[in-house]
Amino acid sequence: MRTEPQTDDRRGFGVKLAAIAAAALAFGTPLVAGLIVLLDPLRRRNPSGRFLRVASLAAVPADGIPRSFPVVAERRDAWNRFAAEPIGGVFLRHMKDGQVTALNGICPHAGCFVGFDGTRDRFACPCHKSEFRPDGTRIDPERCPSPRDLDALAVEIRGAEIWVRFENFRAGTREKILA
Amino acid sequence: MRMLFDWFDDRTGIRQFVHAALYEHIPGGSRWRYVWGSTLVFTFTVQVVTGAFLWMAYSPSAQTAWESVYYIQHEMQGGWFLRGLHHYTAQAMVVLLALHMMQVVVDGAYRAPREVNFWLGLILLQLVLALSLTGYLLPWDQKGYWATQVATKLMGVVPGIGDKLQSLVVGGPNYGHHTLSRFFALHAGILPGLLIAVLVAHVALFRRHGIHARDPDPSRDSTFWPDQVLKDSVACLAVLVVILGLVARHAITGGETHARPADYLGADLGAPADASEPYPAARPEWYFLFLFQLLKYFEGDKEIYGAIVVPGVVMFAIFLMPIVGRWRLGHGFNVGLLFCLLIGVAGLTVQAMVEDRKDPRFQQAVAEAEASARRVKQLAQSPTGIPPTGAVTLLRDDPMSEGRKLFARYCAVCHSFQSDAGEGLAHAQAPSASNLHGFATRQWLSRLLDPKGVDSVDYFGATKHREGEMVSWVKENLAELDGPGRENLRKAVIALSAEAALPAQRAADAKDAKQAAEGRELIKSQLGCIDCHRFHDAGELGTAPDLTGYGSRDWLIAFVSNPGDERFYADRNDRMPAYAPHADDPHRNDLSPKQLALIVDFLRGDWYEPRPGR
Repeated sequence: MRTEPQTDDRRGFGVKLAAIAAAALAFGTPLVAGLIVLLDPLRRRNPSGRFLRVASLAAVPADGIPRSFPVVAERRDAWNRFAAEPIGGVFLRHMKDGQVTALNGICPHAGCFVGFDGTRDRFACPCHKSEFRPDGTRIDPERCPSPRDLDALAVEIRGAEIWVRFENFRAGTREKILA
Repeated sequence: MRMLFDWFDDRTGIRQFVHAALYEHIPGGSRWRYVWGSTLVFTFTVQVVTGAFLWMAYSPSAQTAWESVYYIQHEMQGGWFLRGLHHYTAQAMVVLLALHMMQVVVDGAYRAPREVNFWLGLILLQLVLALSLTGYLLPWDQKGYWATQVATKLMGVVPGIGDKLQSLVVGGPNYGHHTLSRFFALHAGILPGLLIAVLVAHVALFRRHGIHARDPDPSRDSTFWPDQVLKDSVACLAVLVVILGLVARHAITGGETHARPADYLGADLGAPADASEPYPAARPEWYFLFLFQLLKYFEGDKEIYGAIVVPGVVMFAIFLMPIVGRWRLGHGFNVGLLFCLLIGVAGLTVQAMVEDRKDPRFQQAVAEAEASARRVKQLAQSPTGIPPTGAVTLLRDDPMSEGRKLFARYCAVCHSFQSDAGEGLAHAQAPSASNLHGFATRQWLSRLLDPKGVDSVDYFGATKHREGEMVSWVKENLAELDGPGRENLRKAVIALSAEAALPAQRAADAKDAKQAAEGRELIKSQLGCIDCHRFHDAGELGTAPDLTGYGSRDWLIAFVSNPGDERFYADRNDRMPAYAPHADDPHRNDLSPKQLALIVDFLRGDWYEPRPGR
């Protein structure tokens, strides 16, 4: 003879709850263990705000034409450390009055490297056709895909050398937000 | 045997299972228009099989991904074919998805009770697109690297969580090892797993509802096996033939001819990813080009509309199709919407392609990208091989590639580098210093010692030396040479050029060793060079550049390091910067010893050249 299954509602609810809780705990443990590791990148940030030597003054003729220079610094990629690797590119512009300005070479729209087109006297982004003047301002802010001008970087002249505080900013935003 | 089978059937019910699978009723008989779903299952199977074998040879890390794909493509037997199959089948899947969806919408096969299955199909579509997006990065070549950068940067525009999302997908603030391992886990594990789960549900629901036939003729009813299976199989074969044609397309069009099939058949492999190397030829796969083009229409901070809102609204409209289709006019609306979308997508794709084709700068960027891809493969196949630091160092250590770039950055501001035929570097401004193409070759020196050549812009440019002593000496003394005088000058040129020991003149230098010896004596005596120059043990330093080892590697490195040195122009140096004057403190120099050597080796044409035939 089979006995009728227990039909006491309150007891039934308790059993169901316990069953769900036990299963969730059992199956959830490996999932949570994995998620904790998956979320690790949220803790990591680029070191920024360092002044780095980019070039000597003599290497940038004082003619106001932006010239591209690599930024070389220590770079870490997960377990690897590279003592001196190119970590980005800047455009240096040495004006006739001796002033030096620096622009990050990355287009604020989607993160492509812009190029300076000397024949048309403007920066042009190869990806979505943003265009900037030699000082980094957008030529047509209304229609330019880039939401802001090229990102200017702080420059210090130390002796005969150009030092730049190299920073990357978030793409696609109107404001300059550190990436 | 039969008894054994009966026993197995009794325990498992296999007969009924197989019967249900094969003898599904098809009202109105088998039709060609039902094949699309089966071709998709077929192409997915091809991807699972080829992908599993590629997996066995692939290594996802920033220093091994490109390298292992290179090895598959160029070194492993049949590797190019396996990779080609995987690559082009992925493209075929996208096309077949579009066809399958068109067939379902046009036939109205999304209507009750098939709504849920239509939605499962949309999920499958998204999964296939996600698979191709993640797969594009895995070879870690410039093309995939920069195109995927754009895609992940766009995630950053999602309000609120954008940057966190981006960081999680990329595996850190920058692209690197963890970007590859994450993308690979998605591409080979999580996405295919999800796809299989949804596909099983999709097929099970399809079987539950039966095939959706329009106006079936009951007298022609048949079953899945064998009628429809035959049509499906023929369709799969046809798809395979198209894929094979794409894998071998360069052999069919006969555009390129190479010694080895891996060099031009199957899927492309660009130069290895380099975060510091801009890649103006970056474009997504062709079936994402419409999204790329769409982005150009959303300026400034309206980007989120092009990247997320518009595609989201379109997907939602497609999602609503089964519900809209309930109304009498709804079905017509759905079909119209789908065709408008397809026309829009096709229009944007064509527009993107036409814009690129008409853009000479893009075409040049593509040609440069192809050249550096060819070059890095030459270097990988050279006796040096690929070092443990990865193939990207091959290009960074290659005078032909990196030396050229360094020359363009540091030297081309003043110097040109162009042969008479126009080879070399394009130049934007008028050069103010010498043309260094073929520096120290016999040809270059002959023209320097020619009264008609010496004061051209190719030698002293716009420097004060153009009106200097060398120019006037050449004009005075070498204008009216007689036969023996010309012969002596020729020998002196051979001797001086031999000082450089240029790789391209190695054979000629060896052949003319005797004339060079005579020439050396002439330089020291009759010709009077040592009145100003030093040459080996004769003449003094300080008045003109030392001719000992003129144009050799050491001479050039010393010259570029400090042209104002006593050995070179001393205090007569006109504007040439000293690039490495601080021998004791290299950090203060503009050029590191390695960069200097790369520029000098580039000038001397001293780089690895593959032997013909390889």
